[in-house]
Amino acid sequence: MTEYRRLAIDEVGDVTVVRFRDQKIIDDLNIQELGRELARLVEVENRKKLLLNFSAVEFLSSAALGKLITLDKKVKAAEGMLKLCNIQPQTYEVFIITKLNRLFDIKESEAEALAAF
Amino acid sequence: MSEPRWIWQCDHVILSQPGAGRKIRQEVLRQLHQRQWAKHDVFSIHLALEEALVNAIRHGNALDAAKEVHVQCRMSDDLMQIEVADQGNGFDPAGLPDPTDHAHRETPSGRGVLLMRRFMDRVEFNEKGNVVLLEKRRTHPPEDPCSSDPS
Repeated sequence: MTEYRRLAIDEVGDVTVVRFRDQKIIDDLNIQELGRELARLVEVENRKKLLLNFSAVEFLSSAALGKLITLDKKVKAAEGMLKLCNIQPQTYEVFIITKLNRLFDIKESEAEALAAF
Repeated sequence: MSEPRWIWQCDHVILSQPGAGRKIRQEVLRQLHQRQWAKHDVFSIHLALEEALVNAIRHGNALDAAKEVHVQCRMSDDLMQIEVADQGNGFDPAGLPDPTDHAHRETPSGRGVLLMRRFMDRVEFNEKGNVVLLEKRRTHPPEDPCSSDPS
């Protein structure tokens, strides 16, 4: 079983539900590690359906957004599906300002997101 | 306009390495929490400071161990000012591509300056582009003072 330091992984049916261990995704070194762990899900473990649950996340920087964009590209290249859910209002404001709410498929709740796969 | 009456100031020089700004970030957040700035103001300053520090360390000084980043913070009852200066070659902020443009939306970087401008009241670069001044006016009354952990 692979150890993840920045992520907590669950499986619901054929969907991999990914939760973040950090409330604030800001530390530069942690973000680099986060990027490697997200990439591993797709490139090493070949997971095709990913749901990122942001319920624990209070804050994320543009560097963290960059890792999500890179993950999105990897998932698309592998012909998989990526959805995001439970993004808190202040964090969602960052997605709106950057218009990344148009790039990602964002659902309000985990149940709604799981039903959409 | 008269100079604001500063009630707190700090002045730090940090190395150009990832995470070097952590102590400054904690110090600024502690001051904002102690003085009960509104939650959204704290979020905005936190985000802009982080983006400015990463820009200076990673892009400005290109993680060069021989270069430093100078950070000055000033707070009055109504205003927070932060100046971040690196020793890099600078850049032209007007020349940055619009990261919200469809053509650049999938580019993983280039959103820091946009976020600084949207969350702060004033963002000014010097002519060379290696010093940025960030300014946030306090929201009154603090309808939702921040009470969470400042770390």
